[in-house]
Amino acid sequence: MPTPLVNELAVRVEEDIVRVRQVARAAAIEAGLSLVDQTKLVTAASELARNTVIYGGGGTARLRILESGGRRGVRIEFEDHGPGIADLQLALQDGYTTGNGLGLGLSGAKRLCNEFELKSEPGKGTTVVITRWKG
Amino acid sequence: MDRIPVLKMGEFLLVSIQVDMHDRLAMTLQDDITEMIVRHGSEGVLIDISGLNMVDSFIGRMISNIASMARILDAEAVVVGMRPAVAITLVELGLELPGVRTALNIERGMDILRKHMRSTETTGDADSTR
Repeated sequence: MPTPLVNELAVRVEEDIVRVRQVARAAAIEAGLSLVDQTKLVTAASELARNTVIYGGGGTARLRILESGGRRGVRIEFEDHGPGIADLQLALQDGYTTGNGLGLGLSGAKRLCNEFELKSEPGKGTTVVITRWKG
Repeated sequence: MDRIPVLKMGEFLLVSIQVDMHDRLAMTLQDDITEMIVRHGSEGVLIDISGLNMVDSFIGRMISNIASMARILDAEAVVVGMRPAVAITLVELGLELPGVRTALNIERGMDILRKHMRSTETTGDADSTR
């Protein structure tokens, strides 16, 4: 069964990062996530939205509420058509950054979610999909 | 223009973050606090983050920066009111805010700042207390 799209938003400027956080929070509440799980999802979403703006040159965030085998969760996909990531392994290392951040965005977001998928092709763009399940 | 107020209270500065900050707002706050420390010769900064429902690596770094800059300017910064869910998430994110003094609430935060002030008065040397 295809999961309905709850929300799709443009992630281009700083203010959009805040908007992603708010929409992610609302979806997490709707899916029944605990306060801690809501916070983890929202924080991961904030990291990835910032990556989309800074490294991806802007992109799109798509949020879905999942229902599978009686479980509920939230899935967020971040897609950009920026320069892409040449070395995914390196990009996922704590403290590695090509910008001037802390290098915790990707690795931290991965730790904060139940499922994490990173796809990137140099010159084509990057897609990151995170999922946080209830319970 | 969007700005988070920095209040002067005697020897201290008081900041209460009540809104979901976008990155530029966080940077402006960092600049405002350091500028106010110098302008008023403040000895301590109390930052209340009980209104924040999440702290990501950007905001976490801003908090660390404020603490470091305050220390260099001979002031002590204390972060109070972090929500439990935010603390759990920060540690899992990999950000443990090294060098940042924290207290559970405003009263305890003020106690830390007052003690810090007293100890620097008696020794006359701020460095020996750190």
